[in-house]
Amino acid sequence: MNENDVMMLKTPFHSRVEAACEINLWGNWMGYTTPDAYFDVELEYFAVRSTTGVFDLSPMNKYRISGPDAAHFLDRMMTRNMHKLAIDRVAYVVWCNDAGQLMDDGTVFRLAENEYRLCSYAKANDWLYWCSLGFDVTITDETAEVAALAVQGPTSCSTLTAMGLEGLEELKPFDIRNYRFDGEILSVSRTGFTGDLGYELWITPSKAEDLWDRLFEAGKQFLIKPFGSHALDIARIETGFVQAGVDFVMAQDLIRPGRSRSPLEMGLGWLVDFEKTHFNGRRALLKERETGSRYRFVILDVDGNKPADHSFILKGDKQVGNVTSAAWCPTAKSNVAFAQIEMPYGEFGEELTAEIYYERELHWTRVLAPCRVLDGPVFNPGRRRQTPAVAF
Amino acid sequence: MTNYDVIIVGGGHNGLICANFLAKTGKSVLVLEAREAPGGCAATNEIHPGFNVSACAQWLDLLNPSLIQELKLEKYGLQFAAKNLKTIGLNSDGNHVFLSHDSVDGKNISDEDKTSYIDFKVKMLKYAKLLKKVFESRAPKLVEHNWTDRITLAKLALGMKFLGKEDMNDLMRLILINIYDVMEESFENQNLKALISFDGVMGGYMGPRSPNTVFNFLYKLVGETYGYYGSSQIKGGMGALGESLAAAAKDAGVEIRLGDRVARINKTGSRVSGVTLDDGEVIYSAIIVSNADPFSTFNNLLGLRNIEAGMARRVTQIRRKSGTAKLHLALDTAPNFLGLDSEQMGQRLVIAPDMNYIERAFNSVKYGEYSPTPAIDISVSSLNDETLAPSGKHVLSAIVQYAPYEPDGGWDVHRDIFAKNSIDLIEQYAPGIKDSILSHQLLTPKDLESIYGMTGGQWHHVEMTLDQVLMMRPFPGASQYGVDVDGLYLCGAGTHPGGGLMGLAGKNAATEIIKRGSEA
Ligand SMILES: Cc1cc2nc3c(=O)[nH]c(=O)nc-3n(C[C@H](O)[C@H](O)[C@H](O)COP(=O)(O)OP(=O)(O)OC[C@H]3O[C@@H](n4cnc5c(N)ncnc54)[C@H](O)[C@@H]3O)c2cc1C
Repeated sequence: MNENDVMMLKTPFHSRVEAACEINLWGNWMGYTTPDAYFDVELEYFAVRSTTGVFDLSPMNKYRISGPDAAHFLDRMMTRNMHKLAIDRVAYVVWCNDAGQLMDDGTVFRLAENEYRLCSYAKANDWLYWCSLGFDVTITDETAEVAALAVQGPTSCSTLTAMGLEGLEELKPFDIRNYRFDGEILSVSRTGFTGDLGYELWITPSKAEDLWDRLFEAGKQFLIKPFGSHALDIARIETGFVQAGVDFVMAQDLIRPGRSRSPLEMGLGWLVDFEKTHFNGRRALLKERETGSRYRFVILDVDGNKPADHSFILKGDKQVGNVTSAAWCPTAKSNVAFAQIEMPYGEFGEELTAEIYYERELHWTRVLAPCRVLDGPVFNPGRRRQTPAVAF
Repeated sequence: MTNYDVIIVGGGHNGLICANFLAKTGKSVLVLEAREAPGGCAATNEIHPGFNVSACAQWLDLLNPSLIQELKLEKYGLQFAAKNLKTIGLNSDGNHVFLSHDSVDGKNISDEDKTSYIDFKVKMLKYAKLLKKVFESRAPKLVEHNWTDRITLAKLALGMKFLGKEDMNDLMRLILINIYDVMEESFENQNLKALISFDGVMGGYMGPRSPNTVFNFLYKLVGETYGYYGSSQIKGGMGALGESLAAAAKDAGVEIRLGDRVARINKTGSRVSGVTLDDGEVIYSAIIVSNADPFSTFNNLLGLRNIEAGMARRVTQIRRKSGTAKLHLALDTAPNFLGLDSEQMGQRLVIAPDMNYIERAFNSVKYGEYSPTPAIDISVSSLNDETLAPSGKHVLSAIVQYAPYEPDGGWDVHRDIFAKNSIDLIEQYAPGIKDSILSHQLLTPKDLESIYGMTGGQWHHVEMTLDQVLMMRPFPGASQYGVDVDGLYLCGAGTHPGGGLMGLAGKNAATEIIKRGSEA
C-alpha cells in the first residue's frame, strides 16, 4: 500500500464493508479506504482456512487490453508465453524493465479472442503506454468500472453454488466462467491470493451491493465472513505468495541502484520463458542466467513463535540476507519468513540464523533463532487444485 | 545465402567512413544505400541541365583532417575548390561586415569590436579545443566502471582544470545561457552579433535566444581547431566527398550497393541477424551498423515492438525537429551583390542584419509557419568552381532558416510563396538576380527527409542540445554506438559527437566495433 495516496476513494461495496467493519481499522489501498481488519485478524484468517472469507479487491488496478495486437503486446511485455493463454483462462504473470528487473506481478485474464484484462498491484498506466508503442492495441484503465470480490476458503464453492452459480465445481484453477446476475454479467474466475480453494467475482459496480447481499445470504450456512488485508497477509505468506512492493522493490520506484530484483532472484524463474525470442528484459535475464544471480529468494522455517519481521539472516556470524515478510502461520503451525539471501547461500535445507528483535513494554529483546530453508510453501492443500471442487 | 561480417545501412559520409575502417581490419563489409549516389547529405545534384549544386550540405568546415589523410581522400579525387572563405554579413546599404577567423572588418565596425572579436575568439577556441579532445573517442557512459571512459572523463575534467578557474567558470556560465546574451555582452555592432550568433543556430531548431546555442556555436568552432579557418568548398560539389569516400572504401574491399533501401533490420532473439531489402531480398550478417538516424533505425527498421519498451520510449522522445530549408538557383548570368567584387561574392554570404531579425524568423517556425523574411546563408559556388555550371553561367545554393516540417495546408500551397519570399529577399542584396534565374529548387525539411532519409529533415539527425549530446546521444543507454540489441550499432550524425560533415561518428563507431572484437 502506498502511503502517498490519500484515502479519498470508496469501493462499490463500501456501504456493506463499512457496516461489517466492526473495529474500524481502515487502511489505504491505492487511495481506496479499505479495512485492514473487520473484527479480529485471526478469526478472519480462520474463516479463509476453514469456511469462506470474502475480500473486497475492487481497488486492484485493472486494465482492459484489446485490439488485433493484444496477444503480441502482452507476450512482449510479460516473461511468460502469452500466446498459450486460452480464452476464459487466467495466467499469473510478472513483467520486467529493460534491465530484467521486476516491475510488478499480476494476473492476465483472456476474456475473448483479442480481449484481455490485466490486474496489477501498482498503477501501470505509463508503462503500459510505453509498451504499446508499435502495437495496434487499446488500453483502458477500468479499475473503477469493475467491482471485484475474492471468495476464498473450503466452503466457497458451496456458498457460490447456493447463490445460484450452477456447475461452478467444474471450474479448474485459472478458469473463467460467466454467469447472469440481474441482467448483468457476473464473471467468476477460480483464482485468489490465499492458496486455498477460492474464486474471484467480477461485476459492474451498480450490482456490487446486491452481489454482496446475495453472497452473504447464501453463505450464512457456510459461515461466511469478510476478511481484511491483515488476514490476507498471513494467508499469502503461509502459501508462499510474494507481494510486489513488499518482497521486492518495484523497479520503477527504485532510487538506489542494485536494490531491485529479477524474477530469477525472486524464485519466479518458472514464469520466465526463454524459449520466447523476445520479451522485455530477456536480454538481461539471459545474461543473468549465464553469469549467475546476486540473490536467492527463500522461504524459511524459523524456530520459536516470534515472527522474524525485518530480521537479519546470518550464516554463522556473517550477515547473508534479510527478511521481507514474516508471519506465524496458524494452519501450518509454523513460523514462516520470506528472505533475500546473497548467493551462494540459501540452498534448500541450509541452516541459518534469524536475528529477531522484538519489543515488550518498551523493552527490546534480541533472539537468535535457528531457521532452515524450505523447498516450498508450508500450506498447499489438495483442495486448492481439485476439480471438481470438493464440497465442504 | 549471402553473408557479410558487417552490413552498414546507409552510405552517408559516416557510414562510408565506418565501412572504410572496418574493411581495413579484414572484415567483409556491405554498404546498402537507398539513394543512387554515395555520401548521403554530402550530395551533388543537377538542378537544371548542366547546373550542379551541393544539394544538401554546402560548406565543409568540420571534416576531421585525419580522415582525409588516413583514407587518402585526395588520391580518391577529393579536391578543394576554395578554402578558408570569409563570412560576409550583408547589409542592404552595402556596408557589409567581413569576418575571418582572426579579424573583423567593415565600415561600421568599431575598434572596440575589432579587439573584442580577437579576445572572444581566443576564449571560445579554448573551449572548442576541449570539445575536440572529447570528440575523438566514444562518449563516457553515464555510470561507468570502465577505464577508457574514465580517461575520457578525466580528459574533460583535466582539460577544464587547465582552463584556469576563471575560464572554467565562464564556460559553465556561457554554456547554459544563450548566444544572444553572449553577443550582447561582447559586441556593439548589430550585424556582427547576428553573424556570429547565426553559427549558433544553423541547423538547429533554435533562435539566438534559445538555450543550447552557445554549445552549437562551439561545436561548429571545433572545425577551426582542425585548421578550417573559414568555410571551404569541395570541387564538383559536396557529392565529390561521398564519391571519394566510396572509392576509398571499394579499394579497401567494401562492397557498396546503391539504390537498395533496407526495409527491415532482422533480429533473432536478442541479436540482429541481417536485413531485408525493399524488394524482399534478405542478406545476413551478425553485425549491422546503421547510418540512418536513430529514430528511423528503431522505429522504422527494427520496429518499436521488437526492442525493449524502455528504449522504445526513449526513441519516441528523441527531439528531432528541423527548421532548415535549402534553396538552389540556376543563373543565366553572374549575380551582382551590392558592394562586393566577384572574389568576395564567392565567399560565404549571410543575410541576417541583426539578432532580432533571426529571432523573428525563428518565431514563425515555432507556430508551424515559414519565416516571411528568413535568415539565409549563400554560396555562389560556381564562382569558385567552373565545373558546376556552363561557362559564364552560375549556380547559387543557400541554407534558408526557418521553414517548418510542414505548414498548415501542406507545402504544395506554400512552396512557391516561400521560395518567392526568399528570392525577393536575395534580390534586395543582389539586384537583378531574379531576372537571371533559369530555374529554382526549394527543398523543405519534408523534402530533405524524403530525399536523404533523416527523420524530420534534421541536420544533425538528433537535435544538438545539451540533453542529447555526449553520453546522452542519442539517448542514455545507446551512447557508445552499441545499443541494447546485440550486434546493432549506430554510426551516424545522431551519435556522439554529432552531425555536420565531421566524420567522427563513423570513425568512432568503427573503433568501438573493432575494439569489441569477437564480442561485437
Ligand atoms: C539543409 C542542410 C544543410 C546542411 N549543410 C551543412 C553544411 O553546410 N556543412 C556541414 O558540415 N553539414 C551540413 N549539414 C549537416 C550534414 O549534412 C549532416 O549532418 C551529415 O551529412 C550527416 O551525415 P551522416 O553520414 O551521419 O548521415 P546522412 O548524410 O544523412 O546519411 C545517411 C544515409 O543513410 C541512407 N539511408 C537512410 N535510411 C536508409 C535505409 N533504410 N536503407 C538504405 N539507406 C538508408 C540515406 O539515404 C543517407 O544516404 C546540412 C544538413 C542539412 C539538412
